[in-house]
Amino acid sequence: MNKNHRVPSSRSLSAVEVKSKFGAEFRRFSLDRSKPGRFDEFYGLLQHVHRIPNVELLVGYADVHGDLLPINNDDNYHKAISTANPLLRLFLQRKEEAENTFATDPLTRKKNTVLSAVLLRPDATRKKHPVIISLPKDFRPVSSIIDVDILPETHRRVRLYKHGQEKPLGFYIRDGSSVRVTPQGLEKVPAIFISRLVPGGLAESTGLLAVNDEVLEVNGIEVAGKSLDQVTDMMIANSHNLIITVKPANQRNNVVRSGGGGAASGSSGRSSDSGASCYGYSTHGATASMPSHIIQNFSAGELESDEDEEDLVIEAGGEAEPIRRTSSTYSMPSMPRYEPHLNLRTAFTSASAFSIHTNGTLPASNSSGSLNHADANSATPSPDRVRRSLEEEGTVITL
Amino acid sequence: MMKFRFRRQSTDPQREKIKQELFAFKKTVEHGFPHQPSALAFDPKLQLMAIGTKSGAIKIYGAPGVEFTGLHKDTTAVTQILFLPGRGCLLSVLDDNTIHRWELVAESTREVGGVKKEGVVSLREVDSYSLPGRPGIESSSATRVTVLLLLKSCDLLCMGTEGGGVYVLELPRLSLKENQTLLQDHVTQSLPDDYRCGKSLGPVESLQEHPQQAGKILIGYSRGLVVLWDLSSRHADQLFLGKQQLESLVWERSGNLFVSSHNDGGYSVWAVTNGNIYNHQPVSSTIPYGPFPCKAITKILWRTTHSPVILYSGGMPRASYGDRHCLTIQQDKEHVTLDFTSRVIDFFTVHNMDNDKEFDDPSALVVLLEEELVVIDLLTPGWPSLPTPYLAPLHSSAITCSCHVTNVSTKLWERLINAGKAQQSRRHTHRKWPICGGKNLAPPPRQQELLLTGHEDGTVRFWDASGVALTPLYKLSTANVFHTDEMQQQQEEEEEEEWPPFRKVGCFDPYSDDPRLGIQKISLCKYSNKLVVAGTAGQVIVLGLNDERSDHLVDVSVMDLLQDREGFTWKGHDRLEPRLKPAPFLPGFQPLVLLQCLPPASVTAVALHTEWNLVAFGTSHGFGLFDYHRRNAVLARCTLHPNDSLAMEGPLSRVKSLKKSLRQSFRRIRKSRVSGKKRAVITTTSKVQEANAALAEQEEVAPVQRRIEPRSADDSLSGVVRCFCFADTFLRDGTHHGPTLWAGTNSGSVYAYALEVPGVDSGRTCERGGASESSMCVEAVLGKEIQLMHRAPVVSICVLDGRGKPLPDPYEASQDLSIAPDMTNAHSVLIASEEQLKVFSLPKVSAKTKFKLTAHEGCRVRKVALVLFSSAVQEEYSEHTLVCLTNMGDMHLFNMPGLRPQVRFDCIRKEDISGIASCVFTKNGQGFYLISPSEYERFSLSAKVLIKPQCSVPLNCVKMYFLYFSSLMGKADVPRSTLSSPLLDTPLDSPLSCADLTLDSTGELTVEDVRDFLT
Repeated sequence: MNKNHRVPSSRSLSAVEVKSKFGAEFRRFSLDRSKPGRFDEFYGLLQHVHRIPNVELLVGYADVHGDLLPINNDDNYHKAISTANPLLRLFLQRKEEAENTFATDPLTRKKNTVLSAVLLRPDATRKKHPVIISLPKDFRPVSSIIDVDILPETHRRVRLYKHGQEKPLGFYIRDGSSVRVTPQGLEKVPAIFISRLVPGGLAESTGLLAVNDEVLEVNGIEVAGKSLDQVTDMMIANSHNLIITVKPANQRNNVVRSGGGGAASGSSGRSSDSGASCYGYSTHGATASMPSHIIQNFSAGELESDEDEEDLVIEAGGEAEPIRRTSSTYSMPSMPRYEPHLNLRTAFTSASAFSIHTNGTLPASNSSGSLNHADANSATPSPDRVRRSLEEEGTVITL
Repeated sequence: MMKFRFRRQSTDPQREKIKQELFAFKKTVEHGFPHQPSALAFDPKLQLMAIGTKSGAIKIYGAPGVEFTGLHKDTTAVTQILFLPGRGCLLSVLDDNTIHRWELVAESTREVGGVKKEGVVSLREVDSYSLPGRPGIESSSATRVTVLLLLKSCDLLCMGTEGGGVYVLELPRLSLKENQTLLQDHVTQSLPDDYRCGKSLGPVESLQEHPQQAGKILIGYSRGLVVLWDLSSRHADQLFLGKQQLESLVWERSGNLFVSSHNDGGYSVWAVTNGNIYNHQPVSSTIPYGPFPCKAITKILWRTTHSPVILYSGGMPRASYGDRHCLTIQQDKEHVTLDFTSRVIDFFTVHNMDNDKEFDDPSALVVLLEEELVVIDLLTPGWPSLPTPYLAPLHSSAITCSCHVTNVSTKLWERLINAGKAQQSRRHTHRKWPICGGKNLAPPPRQQELLLTGHEDGTVRFWDASGVALTPLYKLSTANVFHTDEMQQQQEEEEEEEWPPFRKVGCFDPYSDDPRLGIQKISLCKYSNKLVVAGTAGQVIVLGLNDERSDHLVDVSVMDLLQDREGFTWKGHDRLEPRLKPAPFLPGFQPLVLLQCLPPASVTAVALHTEWNLVAFGTSHGFGLFDYHRRNAVLARCTLHPNDSLAMEGPLSRVKSLKKSLRQSFRRIRKSRVSGKKRAVITTTSKVQEANAALAEQEEVAPVQRRIEPRSADDSLSGVVRCFCFADTFLRDGTHHGPTLWAGTNSGSVYAYALEVPGVDSGRTCERGGASESSMCVEAVLGKEIQLMHRAPVVSICVLDGRGKPLPDPYEASQDLSIAPDMTNAHSVLIASEEQLKVFSLPKVSAKTKFKLTAHEGCRVRKVALVLFSSAVQEEYSEHTLVCLTNMGDMHLFNMPGLRPQVRFDCIRKEDISGIASCVFTKNGQGFYLISPSEYERFSLSAKVLIKPQCSVPLNCVKMYFLYFSSLMGKADVPRSTLSSPLLDTPLDSPLSCADLTLDSTGELTVEDVRDFLT
């Protein structure tokens, strides 16, 4: 956390040249690299310089690889500023027009033409390239390599984010034996290995885990001396936020730590994808200081905020719920975007639970009327309404 | 960067000291019948009985409460035990041909728990002697010990061997007296030629010392030869040329006669008359169950009274009763064939050993069977059996569940004892227990403890678990609530008229008429004497205690837990048919209401709240709530997940799947064998097939691997209801409390219902009985549903009061039996799942503290109990502690409500799944688990409360030690109101104080934990 705001000094000039494009119009201005300010100030500035004060904008910039990436929060704003070399090229769009425009495109990258083409002919690109990066708010981390700075190079600590998706984790573990160096010489010790990856599963899709990788730790706890069943139980208990430290069977793709800016980015083509997908979420510019964008060091705060622990509490029955729920105040500040999804989901769950309940109660109880009422409330589709009803009825408590 | 470390667990010396005063783990005593007994011995002087087992254990029993246990270093079967009468010393022979000497050794005087113990005796192995095998012979079978004889003088031990040799060892050093060895050749020399006929005499089958003349022994060889051998002069006094294969020998008291029993089911009486060296014919020879071929009489005893009593095992007609386990008692015209349900291991009689007396006058026959101990009173005409005060066969029908009740009131205790006495059969006698080594001088236990066991045959047995001896009190049968065959019993009684005159003895009966009768859950309220018993076929029976016999019809109420869910058909067993006619019920617990769950799946959880007259019960399909006072179903709720098909299949089809998997594994074995053969002859044409087969095999015989996938809602059996909790607490808001019911399921769901109980007004029980009230009904309103995100099965739910202590049981608060719960501060609820322990605040269910056991340790919670631990040193200090047994068989103790780990003890082997599943905790820090189908191991986690045998024995008949047994019950029965624990008096530990919680194994806590604390 202490590194968060360290600015890469070697190549930083004091000012960042900004070229901003909205429609056919360009604006040029400069920003102080060391003091970029906050995103909302920046957003206001853009609206000001383009003289479009009431237009909702999507802000994007071209990164060093030529990918069009969004700027929508302090983190990626700072990232954009810090990586501008020296020109920061911005592309603004009206929000309503801009659907699915952020895309990585290997073709364009190969051709090394920057994204202007994409922006100018959005329809054409969409047809051409089915791989589409969705809107920034839909970004979610799937996996990441963490703690490269503290782990031996032969080990890899992988975090799998199970939450919020239907994909199975998709891997199996087995017993085996591994050779350890001890003072007495080499010694064979029992060990746990990944035995199988399910095609299409999360583990396989990340490309960070492979069959025969030796499992060393599960969420920071060494598995040495533990039985296969114990390790299975530990992994399942941590499955919503699983961090496994492995010794990859294939040691050729290891991250080379000593290399400077961006050198390691090509080391694992697959993992760079996943890296890109999570970095809208890197907090407090943690990545800014990192040599490569695929390597993520999460602040402790984010690492531990496993949403899995939000046990779902459904209130029912009380005709007039006297307690006001201000409950949602506790939820991960670093990931505010999860909230609407989660709440929507839970609201529907609760609705179904209510209906089950009304069916399930034996002799018609007094409360059934009120339950139906609650049912109606929570089933209203408008998200605003749902949100409100959640708070009033206290349907959801995030713990 | 992620190294967000917390302080290591501060080893606060003061806290460590308190922990030592509170917690200590010890396995104290084994209750029940030793598993697989293999040897029996009796010391008539000290009146002690010893039993050896196949696992190498030796147990000594005396008067009720006197027990010693020893375990050989090797778990080899004990084949024989011998007491050195009156010496407090015994010899054991193991299956590996070693002899071990055990002694009861007085421990030095010491102070235990403030009470001075003098001359406490323990059993120790002192010496061992290994018989060398003959060189050159691979197995030592020739020198394998078959029989042992200890001379009355106690200084010489004779050993008969397989090779027919008799060796003499000197005691107590167990040194071989070379010059005394009698080899078979020596005997054969003196045999007449026609008897010798070149054959070996066979192993030594019996060695018996002459009752009157010391130094003369009777040696019986397998071939039938019996030799009266003089040890001092080393020559054969007399030879008895028996022709039948010999099984055993016994002297008549005078020494003028001896009896031999034979392989053909007969026995012979031989006269020992001086002068004649060769005896060719016995005085008499009988085959009692002839004339058709009979099985061998394995052991015979001849005891004298005014007319001799013959006792022998076996000898049954081979064709018709060859499979029976019998022992016959004969005297004059009286003839009884005791018909046991398990194999006879050995037997002895308790009789007069004085040489002055004319007769043996046996008073009792003690028979050790494979599954129980039976004692027959030989003094009372008709030879009735004597109830055993210990060594009870817990498993007379397989134990299916158990339940422990502490601090039972004397009134209920007496009523139970009376009910138990009333049911004892007329064949029981009330004579004194014949094995009475020592006296139990310990004061009676300070509180009465009940252990209830549920059995496969639908019975519930009540045991006195207050002391070292687990004594049966009362047996409740639930079978008569249902329609069963009564004709069978009558037939059995008629059967007795036939020959041989069989009499069924003993209570071990592993064959259950109907497995559906099996008891799954028990709950007893010791204040209102209400009992709930729930079984395999979805039956829930509410019973009340009645001292009078009663004939009545039991009310039946059917509860459909599926609640019209469509698409489900139950493929399991049918429900039990309730009896339609009024049935006679003996004094004791008599059924009031029978609730039948539909579908009739096994009941998985049950809870009783007698103050509200409610019983909650759950199966794999849902749960229900029933008001047994008004006979009114309050609630039925289906917990079934729509995708769960397994829940509907019932137990039968699961057996099928087991069969299937067995078949598969057999196929796999066969396949691998076949392919192994193939490899020898490889032809080019078969190579492709070979490769294919190998591939298929590889797929089938994959290495053990485990799938890593979070639990999902549609896992099978997710709807199984695991636990209930009744509590008077705050569910709706923070100001009004009232009755609530909590239910937890296999998929991590918790349902909390607010109950409207007429007469119970915001937690205060008013006087019942008003006419207006009785017409009102109990109502249940769903208050909250909690879905634990990790979806692990909910093992236990417990509501804690404002001080963080568990709420008292029904009636405890209203009858001032415990301090009233704190209703002013906020309550909380502890939800223990298989993976996590978590405390939530009430009424807003938000997490306060938690401990992620599985995530940290990789073990799963199996059993959980809230236990009050009292300090062994400070009189009035006690702490509520959460005891948690995991699937690794270890006990984790956590403080409440902070959930900080305190200590961990290894208790049960992790492979012992039935042991872990059977574990039950008492409320004061003890527990029981099954170490075999027939034995409970009792253990103590408390430094203060432990019940363990501490006895002494009058050693050498000179030093008279006091024999006593102490139950260190401490002060556990001090009223709780006087117990104040300063540490816990603060209302729930402030969350921040939990920040110093660390886990030894991890060193790292997740920040999410902190977040919880900071909210």
